[in-house]
Amino acid sequence: MDWGFIFDVSARSLVGQEAIVYALAAIGLNVQFGYTGLLNFGQAAFAAVAGYGLATTVATFGLPFWLGILIGFAGAALLALLLGIPTLRLRADYLAIVTIAASEIIRLTFRSSTLRDTFGGSNGLTGFTNSFFDLNPYEEPMGFGPWTFGSREAWVLTVGWVLVLFACLIVWALMRSPWGRVLKAIREDEDAVRSVGKNVYFYKMQSLAIGGLIGALAGFMFSIANAAIQPDLYQPTFTFFAYTILILGGAARVFGPVVGAIIFWFVLQFLATLIESGVRADIFPFSLMTTTQVGPVRFMLVGIILILLLVFRPQGIFGNRKELVFDVR
Amino acid sequence: MRTLSKAVLGLLAILAVAFLGSAPALAQEADETIGGVIRDDRDPVEGVTLTVTDADGAEVGTTESDADGRWRVPLPAPGEYVVTLDVDTLPEGVPPPAEPSITTNVGGNQDRSVAFRLGEPGREPAPEPSPRDDAEAPVEGAPGAEVETEGEALEEPGGTATARPAQVWQLLSNGLRFGLILGLASLGLSLVFGTIGLVNFSHGELVAFGAITAWFLNISAGIHLLPAALITIVLAAVFGWAQDRGFWRPLRNRGTGLITMMIISVGVLLLLRFSYLFIFGGERQQYRQFVIQSAMAIGPFRWAPRDMWIMGISTGLMIVVSLVLLKTRAGKAVRAVSDNPALAASSGIYVDRVVTNVWVVGTALAGLAGVLFGLIQSVDYLMGVRILLLIFAAVILGGLGTAWGAMLGGILVGILVEVSTLLIPPELKNAGALAIMVIILLIRPQGLLGRRERVG
Repeated sequence: MDWGFIFDVSARSLVGQEAIVYALAAIGLNVQFGYTGLLNFGQAAFAAVAGYGLATTVATFGLPFWLGILIGFAGAALLALLLGIPTLRLRADYLAIVTIAASEIIRLTFRSSTLRDTFGGSNGLTGFTNSFFDLNPYEEPMGFGPWTFGSREAWVLTVGWVLVLFACLIVWALMRSPWGRVLKAIREDEDAVRSVGKNVYFYKMQSLAIGGLIGALAGFMFSIANAAIQPDLYQPTFTFFAYTILILGGAARVFGPVVGAIIFWFVLQFLATLIESGVRADIFPFSLMTTTQVGPVRFMLVGIILILLLVFRPQGIFGNRKELVFDVR
Repeated sequence: MRTLSKAVLGLLAILAVAFLGSAPALAQEADETIGGVIRDDRDPVEGVTLTVTDADGAEVGTTESDADGRWRVPLPAPGEYVVTLDVDTLPEGVPPPAEPSITTNVGGNQDRSVAFRLGEPGREPAPEPSPRDDAEAPVEGAPGAEVETEGEALEEPGGTATARPAQVWQLLSNGLRFGLILGLASLGLSLVFGTIGLVNFSHGELVAFGAITAWFLNISAGIHLLPAALITIVLAAVFGWAQDRGFWRPLRNRGTGLITMMIISVGVLLLLRFSYLFIFGGERQQYRQFVIQSAMAIGPFRWAPRDMWIMGISTGLMIVVSLVLLKTRAGKAVRAVSDNPALAASSGIYVDRVVTNVWVVGTALAGLAGVLFGLIQSVDYLMGVRILLLIFAAVILGGLGTAWGAMLGGILVGILVEVSTLLIPPELKNAGALAIMVIILLIRPQGLLGRRERVG
């Protein structure tokens, strides 16, 4: 059992790209669900639309990278509009079903072989990140200790964490403004807000859009970090993990999603490496678990963590019990 | 109570007759067989002639691929055999394989699979079950890297641009078969919502539970599929009972809110699905019996014998459930609790017991539906995912909270999913059903049979 190796790999995941992507997705979800109480189960769709917007613009149509980013954002905003206009009047459980259905429709469309020429079918697209890496100022690997990264990866992580901080700044600024207060009021009692004359529908739509735009950042980072985009990465499981992270860190807190993402991926990576080393070193008998079964085990753990969190500590690590979205029908 | 007991006995009798009576009619097992699926890209190709000869060149058997593209030839003994595809029998527009003959060795008691890649060099896959080439080792950061093979291609006719009448009837046949099973699977979700208001996201995994449990009983324990299915139903019922008594009821008693319970059910979904991946593995598997059958023509419809039994069982169970709900006191209690739990409790009904009954019956039916799905598709750990959204579509179309809504919605969604392939590409047929669901929620949220109530 090489503890040094286990520690190194796990430490890297504290700042790794999964943490960035899911932190951004969870921050977006925080705006929608944590602050406004919208049960959006389609966050994966926002990330997918943005990522495909970028990838298609650059890889399929050969247009500039920044135009791709713009189109990705526009796509996410359009999706928020399309999703929101019909569904924001629905109750939480119906909204959840509709958003998850929409997310799957979008994924299936991106995956379809009919549109393979545009979207790459089930294989997805590659070759759209050159402009991004052209801006890379890092020449050599940098870092210290276990956090030594190659120049490309270091650039991705730098940009990613800057975006995360930027998103947190936006959320912080928004939520201490009067606009943010209206959102929180909507979460607590929609009818009261309506009775004061606020257009609840518009506020919800704006919340959905802003959360979706931050989710778009997640889609960008996901595709750039992998230098590829594939439809099957944007299944409902993506959204479920984002929810777990959000609840773990504490909904309705600015840094909750970030801390949640870091801890989540650290624990997952640590356990995966630990168990795999254990299986290799015969500490866990091979009959109990093979190395290919290590993956499912840690995702089973995600389910258990989500259940335990919700049953025993729904406010997560940093959350405030008084600001909980739950226990509201 | 007596009427309920009679109903349960009647139900068991129907099941027993169905399962035992179908055994001689459906048994089709040879010790060694050779077979496969003929596919053109993802669409199964029907009516292709395949000939099997032994090492000396003597013909052993010949057959045609059925509506699902499947074919199988029984063999007299293990040994080397040559399978030849008659390219003249390929439908037009389907490219021939690079090699029309494949030589393979068949071991004792082996059901060898042979694949003809139309348009590409023919190659032999590993013996059944054919492994999928998608990721089992998780990609870092990708949630489980569940790369599914979409567009099952097991239920579609060969994709042609113009719809021939025969194709429409084939689609209707498949759709009715699928829809009846879907109706069974959806009953549990709808009734649970009706009685406690919970949208149980893990319901799809209960369906997968049935399919996978039956597979373990059938393949690992070697039990024939029919008694395995009966055992699975019992196990599923116990699972449902345990879930309610051990998990959901304590949560309700704690005062856990509905949204919290819904997200908890997402956690249960993740736990169950990845447990299945852990225990069952990432490959698709088949049951040992009743899997390969050719379709027969019943009027304009085309069904295999097992399909008719599946539809018969599903219809029979739906009728029994309807009768129980209408005629028995327990059924009346379920309807009362669905309508207004507080009022039902104040009139002396034990709401908790009713809810437990609903969980037991709902999960048992879901488990059986899983076995039936496993028969017409294949068994894999992602079954729950695939079916969940269609179940949602079914219950919302029919009316969330009513049993008849679930049954009707299931049948309609099943037919819709299949017939829609006339207009949209087969890989998007599920998307079509989901789109219908979204539209229904917008224009008539209570569905076809639901009661008008606040959905927003």
